[in-house]
Formats: sequence, structure tokens, C-alpha cells
Amino acid sequence: MSKKPLQFIHNGRAEAVFVEDGQNLLDVLRREVGDLTAKYGCGQGACGTCTILVDGQPQLSCLTLAETVEGKSVETTGGMMDGSELHPLQAAFMDHFAAQCGYCTPGMLMAANALLRQNPNPSRDEVVEAIGGNICRCTGYQPIIDAILEAAGKMSQRRYG
Amino acid sequence: MGEAMLDFRKDYFKDERDDDLNEIGKPTQRQDALGHVTGRSPFYDDHLFDGLLHLKCARSPHHHARVRNIDTREAEGMPGVVRVLRGKDVPANLNTLLSLLDFGLDDEPVLAETKVAYMGEPVVAVIAETERQALDAVAKVRIDYEPLPHVLDVEEALQPGAPAVNETYPSNAFIYYEKYDHQKLRFGDVEKGFREADQVIENVYQMSPIEQAPTEPCGAIAAPETNDRYVCYTSTQGLFFSLGTTAKLLNVSSSRLHFIGGTVGGGFGGKVDSLHEPLAVLGVMLTGKPVRYGYNREEEMQVGAPRGGERWVIKDGIMNDGRIIARKFTGYFDSGAYTRLSSYAVVKGTGHLPGPYTIPNVSSDVYCVYTNRTPSTAMRGFGITGVDFSIECQMDKLAHAVSMDPIEFRILNSYRDGDMKAHRRETKNSALIECCQVVAEKANWQLSAAAKDASSLKDGGGDRAVILPTATDEFGRVQTANGEPRREGRPKTHLSGKTGVDAVLDVPADAYGRGIGAPHQPSAPTSPPQQPTPAPQPTPAAAPPAAPPPQSQPSPPPAASKPATPPPVPPPPAAPEVRRSPTRFSSISGLRRR
Repeated sequence: MSKKPLQFIHNGRAEAVFVEDGQNLLDVLRREVGDLTAKYGCGQGACGTCTILVDGQPQLSCLTLAETVEGKSVETTGGMMDGSELHPLQAAFMDHFAAQCGYCTPGMLMAANALLRQNPNPSRDEVVEAIGGNICRCTGYQPIIDAILEAAGKMSQRRYG
Repeated sequence: MGEAMLDFRKDYFKDERDDDLNEIGKPTQRQDALGHVTGRSPFYDDHLFDGLLHLKCARSPHHHARVRNIDTREAEGMPGVVRVLRGKDVPANLNTLLSLLDFGLDDEPVLAETKVAYMGEPVVAVIAETERQALDAVAKVRIDYEPLPHVLDVEEALQPGAPAVNETYPSNAFIYYEKYDHQKLRFGDVEKGFREADQVIENVYQMSPIEQAPTEPCGAIAAPETNDRYVCYTSTQGLFFSLGTTAKLLNVSSSRLHFIGGTVGGGFGGKVDSLHEPLAVLGVMLTGKPVRYGYNREEEMQVGAPRGGERWVIKDGIMNDGRIIARKFTGYFDSGAYTRLSSYAVVKGTGHLPGPYTIPNVSSDVYCVYTNRTPSTAMRGFGITGVDFSIECQMDKLAHAVSMDPIEFRILNSYRDGDMKAHRRETKNSALIECCQVVAEKANWQLSAAAKDASSLKDGGGDRAVILPTATDEFGRVQTANGEPRREGRPKTHLSGKTGVDAVLDVPADAYGRGIGAPHQPSAPTSPPQQPTPAPQPTPAAAPPAAPPPQSQPSPPPAASKPATPPPVPPPPAAPEVRRSPTRFSSISGLRRR
């Protein structure tokens, strides 16, 4: 079993690991890098639980071959906080009880994060569309949508206010 | 959106409630919310260990088959394989989940030895250095099956001559209280009620199995601890349930098991079965290394226990003025191949009958049936939701039959405080009438003045608190097997006062006259008829060479040849196992044994 070196930017820091042929990015993040904030849900691209950002775009890490992120920027929920301060999305998820079991939450946050970077003032429908690939089995989607809309408002205020 | 969803009707029952509370009714932040939004809540799989091994199972491709031979030699030689486990490696390879509550007989092996009873039943477990290697080796396990006839329908399973799914209950029905092949409820005399009724209406309702489908699949990671214990991180919903089950199956004191859980990525009932912890801990005992046994999504959906299917036959005797005077249930819970929690679901469901209505004559016969389906288990109100669905569908049909408004029909039959319920407890704090009134109000549904004026607090009790003379019978009585004396002393035919089930089901009159046997109690959990020799061995205690037998290949895979760390001090030899009989459930449901 041959291993190949892989270098990429992980939450803003240079990372170098050895990966197996065909190893997926989720497995590499969890087992090789030790970033456990990305979660396994289905391993087949159906649930969105493992959503991460590659160069700012949401991607399913279970279906991403690790070697394809060579030299790219990979972001996970583990990199969302600014020092000890929660990202507005994280704070809004807490305020709105948008996480019950918490397992889909990192993937939801990354999908929402990607949306707000591209579209700082999304409509409710656009939020629904953006998290359409992420399955939540307990809290329900309304509090999650409310949280994302509130975070968008707060982030806009911070920018322009 | 969302704001007006909560509507407190604090005028109702205000004298029964204390609103001067410190926490209730006020928002509070959950203690685990910060962990959830930062992705740092420690789910079972979020624990990293050096040298973590992975366990995967070879599973039955058949609904029902005899296991003729198991050949693991090729699998043992596969790259990365550290250990291959079979049923005989499990110290006490037979359990039933509710044995911890002393309810039911042990009927399910961790790893099947002589027979598989559902598609996906685990037979062999492979422990390897990576998950992929474990899966590759699982594909090399050779199991020689002799397919047997199978049964997938609850009523077919109860027919004479149906394949015996579960060797502990060869008649395919759980035995309640060592007496009956189903859970009984008798209150008044339904047959008399049907004779006196203006109309008798009967319908059949069927619910499908449902997979709980949590986003986090079930699993566990176990590892040796330095204090002569085993630590186990698990996704279980019932931590002490899993701990007790593991202790029993592995013949190890529970004080040597350090279970850590509480962070569950969605459960909905599907994470109580304690299937992963015993194998993960056994893997640690036999390899000395940390072992992970987790379902992938395919296993979660295919093998993970669902909510069981249910079939309900409801027969009502109704007067033309809308009063229901008799209600009879025949229910079938599809337990799948093993009991798990379905026996309890039946008891719980029976305690719930006849729904929130005051009916003077109620009878029910509910079966926990074994079929060659995936064993079913808990899910969100299991035992209740299926029959409630059936009852409420039936209520709509009854209302239509007597040309009444469906909400007013419910209000008319609703129980009121002081009424006697079918399980012989007085109704207290009921609110169905008020609930119906609010629903009608919200839906702009016109109710009559009488219905608007009704209240749970009035018109109850009196005649409605009377228990009518109750017709009892011995329908479904289990026959004594091989003439052994019955504790009750009255061995006799299983069926004396036959009630109307035969007619309801349109089966031959003697369909249940096939002599349902007393539950079969195997002398030893792992001694099947074909192979009397392999008595259960406390293998972890007696097996210092944890690696597979020496390899003869030219270049043995490194993992297989390197002797694993000897497991921590072996557990003391187990005391002779005491077989338990199916007994009472009084601690949970209040139902008495006799």
C-alpha cells in the first residue's frame, strides 16, 4: 500500500500528511490531520454531514479524493472561531436552538458559511436552497434557517453599520 | 413564521399546576450547545487511538438458513487481519436485551453459530488494521449455508407449519408470563357488547417498519485501560443497558467496564440495542488493542433495527347515537427474528388500549411475532403510535357510519375524569375534550353547543366508573411441553373459551390449535443439536495467543504474525449460568404476572 505526500492549507495553516491511494478527504482530515469537526454521515454524498470548504466552495469531503486538494485551502468548522470568539453563525445557532444532537451541525455551518460569503443578504428561499443537501434528523430546519438569516443580518450590520 | 406555534391555554387545569417555577417556562441554554456549534462535542468516533483496529462482520445473505460450515482460513491470511471472531469466541453467546429487567428468554446470539434467521445477521467478525482491510477480509470468509424456508408476514408466521424462526420460541410468538402466546386484556364482555350494538364495524390497519436513520450511525470504540478495566466510547442511548449487556455476554464484572456515552448523534430509539459494545470490548480482550466497531450507512439502513411493522384488527360495536359500547383488538407486532424490545412494545401498547375513550367492553389479544425480518426495536413511541394511528382512522370511519361530525364523535366518546379505563385505573387529569375544542376553534370548525360545553371535568364517573362482569378465557394458553408441571398447576389445552379472533382473521378454526409449545429452553446457550461439543468458553480468559494460528504462507502479513499485547488480567471464570424464565414486567408497566 503506497502512501503519497499531500500538502494543503488547513484552516489557514500549512498541513502536510501522507495519504493512501483513493483515500477520501474526510478520512484524511479525521484520521491523519486529527480534525474531528468534520463528521461521517453516509459516505456516499447523500446527507451533507461531512460538508467542508475547498477554496471557499462547499464540498462533500466523503466524496472528495484527498489528493485533489493538493495546494488548496480546506476549511472546516474547527476553523470558524476567531480566537475565542464564536463566528456569528455559531452564535446564532446557539441562540436559535438550531442544534439538537449536534451531528449535522458542522456540515450545516459550512454550507451556511459558503452561502454568506457569496451572498451576504440571502432570502429565506436562498438559505433553504443552500442547505438543501444537508439532512437534519432532529431539530428541524426552521430554527436552522432562522439562525442563518439572523447571522446574515448581524454580519451585514458589522460590515456596514 | 414560527412565533405563534406555542399557545398556552393556562385557563385549563390551573388549579392542578404550579406556574411559580424557576426554570420551567423560561429559556435556558443547553450545556452542550457550545460543543455542538464548534464541532467539538465528543461523539463516539471522535476519539483517536494509536493502533486503532477496525471490526467488520460477515453477514447472512439469506433470510433463513442453517450454517453448515464456516471457513475463515483465507480471511485470517488477508493483509492487516489481526483476529477473526466466531460465536464460540463469545463467552455467553446468547442474550435478550430485557433480561436485565428479567423479562423474556435469551434468544439472540452476538454471532450466529448454527442458524441465521434474518438477512444481515452477523456470523463472523474480522478485526483488521484498517476498515478497508477488514471489509476485504470479510469478503473472504466462506460460510456454507443451507437455505431454509422463511416467513416474512406476521399472520403467516402464526399459521401451523410455519418455519420456526426463533429456536427459543419455536411457535414464532413471545410467551407472556409463561402462560399465553400473546398479551391479553379483558374488560367487560365484548361479545355481549357486539350483540347489543346497532352496528359492528371491523377494519384492518397496517404500519410499515421505519428506519430511525440517525445522521450518526451506531458504533463503539473500546480500548484497554491501565486500571485493569476496558473503556468503551459508545453512541448508545442506554449507557447502563449497554454496560450490563456487555458484562453478561462477556462474563465480565461490570465494575471492569468503563462506559462513556451521552453524546449521541441522533438516536430516535435505534441506539439501544447494544450490538456494538460487546464485540468492541471482546475485540480488545482478544487483541489487547483498541477496537472500533461502527456501522457504515449501508449497515445502518440494512441491519440496524427499525421500528417494527404492526398490523391491527379493530372491531367496534357502536350505537346509532354514536356511543361505542364494545371494542376488540387483535394486534401483531413484527419483532423480526429476535425479541429485542418488541415484547415490551406489546405490553406498552396493550396498556394504552382502547385509546382515550370510555368504552365499557374492551378485549385485546396482541402478539409479539417472530418473522425472518430484521429484528425491530425502539423508535419514538413504539407500541403506541401504530395503534393510535389505527384507532384514529377507525374513529373517523365510525363517525361516518353514524353520520356524526368526527370531532363531536370523539368528544362524545372521550374519557372524562372519574371514568374507569380498560386497565382498571381511574381517569385523572384528562384533556382530550379540551384538545378537540381547541383544534376545532383553530380550524374554524363549527361545533354544536353541546360539544362546546363539554368538559373533561364533568359528566365522568358514576356508571362510567363501573367495571362490568368480565368474560375471561384461556385463549392462547401455551401447552406444557413434555408434561413438565406448570407452576400454576393447571395443565390443559391452550384454548378453552375461544373468542372471536378466528372469525376476524378468516383462518381455520383450529389455526391456533396447533399446540403452541412452552418456550424452548436450550440447556446451554451455544450447544446446537448438530454440534454438541463447543460449549461456551470464556475465551478471553483462556486465550493468551491473541493472534490467529501461525501462518504457513511465505511472507505472513506483519499484523497477523506479530503477537498482540496480551490482554489485561483475564476475568475470573464465570459462575454457571442461571437460565431465567420469562417473568414479570410489573416494575415497568404495573401489569401483574398473575
